[in-house]
Amino acid sequence: MTLTDETKLLTEESKVTADPMIPSLFTIKKIFWETDDTFTIEIESQDKVPFNFMPGQFNMLYVFGLGESAISICSDPYKNKTISHTIHRVGNVTTKLSQLKKGDTIGLRGPFGSHWDVDKFIGKDVVIIVGGIGLAPLRPAIYSIFRNRKKFNRVIILYGARTALDLLYRVELEQWSKTKNVEILTTIDRGDSSWRGNIGVVTNLFSYIKLDAMNTYSMVCGPEIMMKFSIEELLKRGVAEKNIFLTMERNMKCAIGFCGHCQYSSKFICKDGPVFNYSDIKDIFNIYEV
Amino acid sequence: MKDKKRIRAANRTAIDALISLLKSQNYLTIAPAIRDGAITYDEIENTSNLPAGWTDIQEAGHYTIKKRNDNALFGYNVGPHSWKKFLFPPKLQLFQAVKDGRTFEIKPAAPDKTKYAFIGVKPCELAAIKIQDRVFNNEDFSEPNYSLLRERIFIVTTNCTQAGKTCFCVSMNSGPKADNGFDLSITEVINNSGHFFTIESGSNKGEEVLSMLETEPASEEQIAMAEEGIKSAADNMGRMLETDGIKELLLNNMEHPQWNDAASRCLTCANCTMVCPTCFCSNIEDINDISGEHTARWRKWDSCFSLDYSKVAGGNFRTSPKARYRQWMTHKLAAWIDQFGTSGCVGCGRCITWCPVGIDITKEVKAIKDNPVN
Repeated sequence: MTLTDETKLLTEESKVTADPMIPSLFTIKKIFWETDDTFTIEIESQDKVPFNFMPGQFNMLYVFGLGESAISICSDPYKNKTISHTIHRVGNVTTKLSQLKKGDTIGLRGPFGSHWDVDKFIGKDVVIIVGGIGLAPLRPAIYSIFRNRKKFNRVIILYGARTALDLLYRVELEQWSKTKNVEILTTIDRGDSSWRGNIGVVTNLFSYIKLDAMNTYSMVCGPEIMMKFSIEELLKRGVAEKNIFLTMERNMKCAIGFCGHCQYSSKFICKDGPVFNYSDIKDIFNIYEV
Repeated sequence: MKDKKRIRAANRTAIDALISLLKSQNYLTIAPAIRDGAITYDEIENTSNLPAGWTDIQEAGHYTIKKRNDNALFGYNVGPHSWKKFLFPPKLQLFQAVKDGRTFEIKPAAPDKTKYAFIGVKPCELAAIKIQDRVFNNEDFSEPNYSLLRERIFIVTTNCTQAGKTCFCVSMNSGPKADNGFDLSITEVINNSGHFFTIESGSNKGEEVLSMLETEPASEEQIAMAEEGIKSAADNMGRMLETDGIKELLLNNMEHPQWNDAASRCLTCANCTMVCPTCFCSNIEDINDISGEHTARWRKWDSCFSLDYSKVAGGNFRTSPKARYRQWMTHKLAAWIDQFGTSGCVGCGRCITWCPVGIDITKEVKAIKDNPVN
């Protein structure tokens, strides 16, 4: 049974609430800093129902009295007892989330949105291009690929961060990179005397890899400007538009296509996205302030 | 005209009887009423609460009401309010939560069980309700508050026999006569030969109510007079909008200089979105008491013109007035078609009338259409 079928079955069983605007309660099992400004929380449903999701989907996390934030799920989709979110502390809600402790309660609505359909990539090379916190929404897809590693061909991860200290999941990156047929390249914007690796934008890393364009599928996640140049590189190297997937971000209030905020021309990022096939949004992707 | 025989005719007494009957069936009877110098919608007791003998004068950036020289009950077009304020309230509590040590308890708001009877729904307004039905009851999710109110509602349409200067329902195929979607449909006729109403039902609920009213079969002549009034409204549209290929036109001209032109006049005040009967955007607000132990979550109307609309913690996706005006108009007339299989515009003209600087959506589209860049 593929992950898709399994999750479809399970999500039918685990529907908790009828009103999609009412959060369910979750307990924090673990909370720890990944970097100076980015932390991970692992949570568990207080109703003890399993939480099933697809890689790339997101939740609305609610902090009592303060509000909600749309956060991608970053844990292994094959594990449904607890789920994790890696969160960049930037606004009110994420700051408060970062101050919570193990045992505290948060509200959760989700999972929402489209997903990385890794089943499509079976038998192909997978090129993952990420910038900064963009690695978090891709991690469930990477777990999924590694769980069925033999079904996929080469796996290449190009990862750019601001500094060496901002690189996420370093232990896992190290483990994954030891696997056969896996290439992981990192680069940072600013290095110091201890950094021996690459410096510069993530697209620089393309010069170190050889793409088999006809057999490559790519997943891209990061700031829009980074995705724009990464996609240009992929296209330049002959990867088909239809083989490129990316995830978009917008302001979200309801996550179910009612509040209007996340509109991206005809798309609602919350329900048509956040994961899109590039060919479906290429006409608007480069228009400023769509 | 297979239903011609079933069209009934009645006088003002029957309208009063209708209101009483609906009240006796526990409906909250809402109808046009003059408030603060405008014709808005509010609870009424009988026809004397209607703006009898009043009409409205509208132009871009201009609205006023004035006395008619007759006593027509429904002799006006649309005012600043629309029926969406009842089905999609400007402010709605979603839940309350109470702290309990390290956890908290969420208490969903009690469902609103009001039974609304809307009396005097113009055809463009009815079209707007049908559009919001698709928004709030789509294939993915159904908004429980809207759905509950909507299924209990009783709708009395009043067909238009006059058009305002900013009306363009004919262009949007949403009036001046309603074909379906109502429980009762009324056409008011007032001329030298008298003052009467033709009434027909559009549902079983409507048929039942109609049978309890004192009416008589409408004569051929009466039906003809009603149709003539509707035709006169159709022939006198104040505005027109060319809708052929409008989606492609707008989406292919996202960088047209006209957007900058409109933006140079637009105050981004959000009036157009507040008066629009189909605009559905909302924001979320959390309100706490001083102890920090109780909180309430509210949904409130929002507008794509507000600066915070596209703001995230790390930046703002749509800051320029150009981008915000373009978002509103391309959504309303183009993207909406992809999203919900219908235009988001019903041609009620409110956005033109209530724009403080008189920006006219029909003229903006025409400017692009006459001189497209793509």
